[in-house]
Amino acid sequence: MLKNKHILAGGAIIAVMIFIAIAAPLLTSYDFSELDFASKNKPPAADHVMGTDQYGRDVWSRIAYGARVSLTVSLAAVLIAIVCGSFLGVVSGYLKGKFDFIMGRLIDIMMAFPAILLSLIIGAALGASIRNMCFSIGIPLIPIFYRVARGAAFSVADRTFVMASRSIGSSGVRIMIWHILPNVLPQVFVVLSMGMGGSILAEASLGFLGLGIPQPTPSWGLIVNEGKAFMFTAPWTTAFSGLFIALTILGFNLLGDGLRDHLDPKLRTLSA
Amino acid sequence: MADSGEDLLIRFEELTKTFKVSSRGFGSERITAVDHVSFSIRRGETFGLVGESGCGKSTFSKIALRLVEATSGSVFYEGRDIYKMPFRQLREIRRDMQVVFQDPYDSLNPRLTLEELAAEPLRVHKQGGKAARRERVESLFNDVGLPTSIMGRYPHQLSGGQRQRLCIARTLALSPKFIILDEAVSALDVSIQAQILNLLQDLKKQFNLTYLFISHNLSVVKFASDRIGVMYFGRIIEIAEKRELFSNVLHPYTYALLSAIPGAGLEAEKRRALMQAGAPSIFNAPKGCAFSSRCPWSKDMCGKEPPTLKDMGGGHCAACHFAGELELNLGL
Ligand SMILES: Nc1ncnc2c1ncn2[C@@H]1O[C@H](COP(=O)(O)OP(=O)(O)OP(=O)(O)O)[C@@H](O)[C@H]1O
Ligand SMILES: [Mg+2]
Repeated sequence: MLKNKHILAGGAIIAVMIFIAIAAPLLTSYDFSELDFASKNKPPAADHVMGTDQYGRDVWSRIAYGARVSLTVSLAAVLIAIVCGSFLGVVSGYLKGKFDFIMGRLIDIMMAFPAILLSLIIGAALGASIRNMCFSIGIPLIPIFYRVARGAAFSVADRTFVMASRSIGSSGVRIMIWHILPNVLPQVFVVLSMGMGGSILAEASLGFLGLGIPQPTPSWGLIVNEGKAFMFTAPWTTAFSGLFIALTILGFNLLGDGLRDHLDPKLRTLSA
Repeated sequence: MADSGEDLLIRFEELTKTFKVSSRGFGSERITAVDHVSFSIRRGETFGLVGESGCGKSTFSKIALRLVEATSGSVFYEGRDIYKMPFRQLREIRRDMQVVFQDPYDSLNPRLTLEELAAEPLRVHKQGGKAARRERVESLFNDVGLPTSIMGRYPHQLSGGQRQRLCIARTLALSPKFIILDEAVSALDVSIQAQILNLLQDLKKQFNLTYLFISHNLSVVKFASDRIGVMYFGRIIEIAEKRELFSNVLHPYTYALLSAIPGAGLEAEKRRALMQAGAPSIFNAPKGCAFSSRCPWSKDMCGKEPPTLKDMGGGHCAACHFAGELELNLGL
């Protein structure tokens, strides 16, 4: 597994982000919500490595603590979406027929709404809290994983080894877990990166609309959006927080690609 | 058919399978892949089913074990109709009836190791603990001539012959009585074919198996079988003991198949006639005998009335209006 360069690079980036989130108090020397109007919108310098925002808060402290919120929320949201999406997709693709038809229509309805609107509706219905935020971001992502899983399962279900397993007496549940799912997951992992990107961005957008995580807890999306008004006079706020968002998405991209290759025994033995 | 007093293992009755095929444009058409097929297999014999590509052999092997639902008909396994069984019971009885599929490259899940694949039947039927299963898998590997050292490998690391050996090991895991071998050797090259055929003969003796051996290749079927059924266009058109079939051909289509075997003395003119016309399209099946458009002996009635499978004596059945009246001499 460690021989795979993509997994290595992606994993390293994600690991650094997680480390920053966990070790935030040790890595920063300011409180993330400490106002200092004497030094607002200061460029990066020795005392504020990433500058300060319009209230004089230390940008690096906010980003480090923001990693906690952004990472937990988007990871949890994607986890919800992957589990629900793959499960429903595999069942749909294997059973075909009526179940598949009804699921397909439900997913179509979900996809007819812009994801952000769906997030708003779910968020409003559930109320503002970090846990509800995970659901309101995760549920609109289900169609991405559902469609990939369902498409893959649909074709895997016709392969001979599925019938071979049925011929030795396997039940449908067993076939789905042992034969369909392992052949579907690698494809799902490829869109994992897309899901992570979408979920980090969704969290940012919700923050912008004032419907995100209750203040004063910073999240990356919130920092970007707060800095937006001063993009030309004090670009460091948006630039650094945007950079962390981009790096994290890149990390998940690499990890997603790497995992797909790793899970395919054919590619694995070629590279080993 | 009068199979009086014989020890029948499995009997197929009027098995039929039609597919709905959507054609370009509007609507869909029905094609009959297997058309009222009836025959039985005795305990311990190898029944060979031969017919050209697309005549419905694989479809038959699937509906014979109810892996795909037949459109109509019954299958009596040891006297019980598997089409009238609840699924729970069917799953149980599937230990007894196994199948090796046509394509060894698609019949093994690429994400499981050889050991996991060979142990799957044991896990499904909750036989033994981990250690016992491993022991059993090792002995299965020995039975089919695979080295146990490759147990941790994945299917793509195997040759076609090794894959087929593994498929056979899987079917043997539950000690079945009846195995369908659908083109079990067709995807392999000739020297490997012989190895697998010999392996199958040995296993049959060792475990008292009954085979339904399916192939488009008459020489292979001839080598392997005790009794042979010839399939054309979804129907059985001739059934006989192997010796009887080769010495006393009754159906012109069988004659055409046999004449392709080297050594058969067939007049050049007749051979050309047989080979010229292709098979009729499956979408507009002829009204009468399906072979009539290709048959050099075809008469008026052949195109109008479909012949039925008649016993011409000693269990030798043929579906031809003129069975026994034609001079089908192969000089074999
Ligand atoms: N699922 C399906 N849907 C529609 N038509 C099918 C289906 N399966 C098989 N057929 C058709 O039924 C006919 C018989 O197919 P089958 O695979 O049983 O032939 P076969 O004798 O096994 O041929 P081969 O020697 O090439 O394996 C063919 O015309 C095929 O196109
Ligand atoms: Mg076939």
